[in-house]
Amino acid sequence: MKAYLTRRYMISASHRLETDALTNEQNRAVYGKCNNPYGHGHNYALEVTVSGQVSKDTGMVCDLVDLDAAVRGNVVERFDQHNLNAREEFKDLVPTTENLAAVIYDILKQRFTAAHLEKVRIEETWMNSFEYAGGAEIVR
Amino acid sequence: MIYLTRKCEFSASHFYHNPKWSERENVRVFGKCANLNGHGHNSTLEVTVKGEIDPVTGFVVDLKELKDILNREVVDAMDHRHLNKEVPEFASKIPTSENIAIAIWQRLEAKLKVAKLHRVRLYELPDLFVDYYGEA
Repeated sequence: MKAYLTRRYMISASHRLETDALTNEQNRAVYGKCNNPYGHGHNYALEVTVSGQVSKDTGMVCDLVDLDAAVRGNVVERFDQHNLNAREEFKDLVPTTENLAAVIYDILKQRFTAAHLEKVRIEETWMNSFEYAGGAEIVR
Repeated sequence: MIYLTRKCEFSASHFYHNPKWSERENVRVFGKCANLNGHGHNSTLEVTVKGEIDPVTGFVVDLKELKDILNREVVDAMDHRHLNKEVPEFASKIPTSENIAIAIWQRLEAKLKVAKLHRVRLYELPDLFVDYYGEA
């Protein structure tokens, strides 16, 4: 039987939204206060959903210890208490939460193979959230 | 189609143990959860049903009826219980969140008449939950 398991992690990071493709005035117009020169920070809540058949032997979709190790080792440690703009992943990419979700999905797709990576969901604040499933439809 | 979600909570104890394995293997796979004395959680259950709005009542489902079914099938059976010892499904299955969600789905699906069960979401902890959609 197929089940979906979701685990939540916290990442605190700063960012500034700005792109070289636009002038200073255009950046200001598009990104508003997110374009303030010295950046700002969020407590991002990251939810990682994996799916698979529930093992008859363990009763589990995957070992939570493995999932935690993959997410903490490859994502949380990489971005927590960092400035996203200074990270190489965002050298040519605006660190919006849309892009952060896609970057994290792609990292986990490579690094976690014990179950199917269904989607990542990120709450930037408690009022907004972003989901990415690698282009696939999102299971509700 | 309208989706309606109802929550309830239950507090229960459990442990993870596969009788086919040695004690050492159980501890290797399940870690602290293999302690045969058990441990407990405050679990939050979210049950989502779907259906069309009844033109007379404006309801997808009678919430009172849904609440009564949840209380009878889940809360009365699992709240302040030891899942391994007191809930029949777990005499032969390990009461992981995955298996608890599946057992709850099977209990509810048999009783729900008006609306169709869409999702069972079981939070074992605020940062850990399992979804089951009735998939094989």
